[in-house]
Amino acid sequence: MSPDPDQAQAVQQPGGNLYAPITMTIAESRDETYDVRTLRLQFPGETERAAFFEKYRVGMFGLYGVPGAGESAFCIASPPTQDQYIECTFRKAGRVTTALCDREVGQAITFRGPYGNFFPIEQWKGKNIVFIAGGIALPPIRAVIWNVLDRRDEFGRLTIVYGARTVADLVYKHELQQWQKRKDVKLILTVDPGGETDDWKGEIGFVPMVLEKAAPSAENAVAVVCGPLIMIKFTLLPLKQLNFPDAHAYTTLENRMKCGVGKCGRCNVGSLYVCKDGPVFTIEQLKNLPQGDL
Amino acid sequence: MKLIDANKLTALAAALARAGYRVVAPVEDSGVVRLKEWAEGAAIRTGAVPVNSAKDFLFPPSEIIGRWDLDGDDFMPRDVQPDAPKTVLLAVRPCDAAALALLDTVFNWDYKDDFYNARRQAVTVVPMVCTAADEQCFCTSVGGAPDATAGADAMLRPADGGTRFILEPLTDKGNALLDAAGLALAEGEAAADPPVEIARRFDVEAVTEWLSRNFESDLWPALSLACLGCGACAYACPTCHCFDIQDEATRRESVRLKNWDSCGFGLFTLHAGGHNPRPDQTARWRNRVMHKFSYIPERFALVGCTGCGRCARVCGAGMSMSEVCRLIADETKKAPTHES
Repeated sequence: MSPDPDQAQAVQQPGGNLYAPITMTIAESRDETYDVRTLRLQFPGETERAAFFEKYRVGMFGLYGVPGAGESAFCIASPPTQDQYIECTFRKAGRVTTALCDREVGQAITFRGPYGNFFPIEQWKGKNIVFIAGGIALPPIRAVIWNVLDRRDEFGRLTIVYGARTVADLVYKHELQQWQKRKDVKLILTVDPGGETDDWKGEIGFVPMVLEKAAPSAENAVAVVCGPLIMIKFTLLPLKQLNFPDAHAYTTLENRMKCGVGKCGRCNVGSLYVCKDGPVFTIEQLKNLPQGDL
Repeated sequence: MKLIDANKLTALAAALARAGYRVVAPVEDSGVVRLKEWAEGAAIRTGAVPVNSAKDFLFPPSEIIGRWDLDGDDFMPRDVQPDAPKTVLLAVRPCDAAALALLDTVFNWDYKDDFYNARRQAVTVVPMVCTAADEQCFCTSVGGAPDATAGADAMLRPADGGTRFILEPLTDKGNALLDAAGLALAEGEAAADPPVEIARRFDVEAVTEWLSRNFESDLWPALSLACLGCGACAYACPTCHCFDIQDEATRRESVRLKNWDSCGFGLFTLHAGGHNPRPDQTARWRNRVMHKFSYIPERFALVGCTGCGRCARVCGAGMSMSEVCRLIADETKKAPTHES
């Protein structure tokens, strides 16, 4: 869970520019919702690809940018088991994400990373996993889900509870359909009351309530929660009622970041840096953070 | 020992400039004493603590860290090298030199920032022992001293009642500087003047201890109420190292800049989604105090403040870090109340 000095060594060329990104080419561009897009990015060469995947573990993040607009931190939304490309999924919200949205297939963007710590999935072998996500927070969880599905035999039962405000806000709809069809995944979809459409067949209700109703067993299980802070906070109660120990429940935090490497000083929550001590934290760690700094 | 008359510091600066050093020294600029690049003819003012800190020359207010040629939707990266001329920080203060331990640590914490490191390697640090202090100086409260040598390559020690300086080398860089100074320095004997006495204002360990259990305290609004959120304290601070990364572009070229930033600004932590973990000035000021006196001690076993007092000198609202620390330290002396 702590930063890995070897990783830091590997990320940086000796004597190199810590802030210099590599140039990636957009291989695919998909609209997930009216304002959320996924880009599939190809590495400039085999050296960069191999160097990336040597370091990359699921849960790490990167900085994606367009020269002239800037760079922004998002998770890496694809797993290390899909090792020819990376994907990022982001909401068009400001200058950088608008510039990223304006890029077309075949054009380039900049990338640096991977940074931060990762989900300890090697410790989850043989365990059941409950994924709980809300809205635009599915991308980091989606990387874990695919990582686990690509190594399906090594893990136990998989339950996914995913909700959004409205049906239109659900991301990765084509993948939700795939997961729905699989017999080895239990997917529960929900939208907030009022966000349903006439043909909506999923649940209607907030994620914490739907989780409580679904009541996945905590026995031999870990939970992975990601969503808006308010959703995470309200999910802690059902997790506790279901007897998930705080040390076996994980989340990933996102704060405004600039450097991604523990220098620019803005992503800290208390004395912990989201970019270096995180972004992955256990619920136990989360509860010990100064709540007024979240 | 090597000596120079107090009124001949400019001769030393000139000799060092001729030897290829960029000389940074306290000079008068728009009515205040400021650390800046010395130019022939400028008088060196040692009588007042400069408004800015020596940090400016290791971690400049704005620095290019990326550059691209733009051609329509295409871009081509260009190489960027740190601008790191051989520099002497002449007659800076022990509280400037004391900040280097923290800056060195932050810019090399796992990941190495070679923009900082290139400048750091190119710099020779020559603080002057303080024989006078003003009411904002509090180095002795945070582990420093007016004659501390931490971070120094050579020391300028006022001697013989302020009429001359002893230039005492402490490192190889310091020796090289003395060699470069050549005939600007005279060989001789002099009696060093005693450093100024600065009373300890608070127990910094008590402050750190209080902070570790008082993230939520009724005291924070009172301590932060005057803050205007202007960021001047962060800019004047020798240890504040927070920065922003911004792109600036024309049609043909884009540069990526590392610019000073401050945790006192409202935009500093604002998420794209609208949430702000530190939505008000109280939360932001608390982070400033916590970072310097709780988080940095916890993470790096250092104190994030060198007691230079610059923040208080530049604050338009009359706030003072030493006063805040004294109030916090006073809290720790109060009898425990209902808190179990």
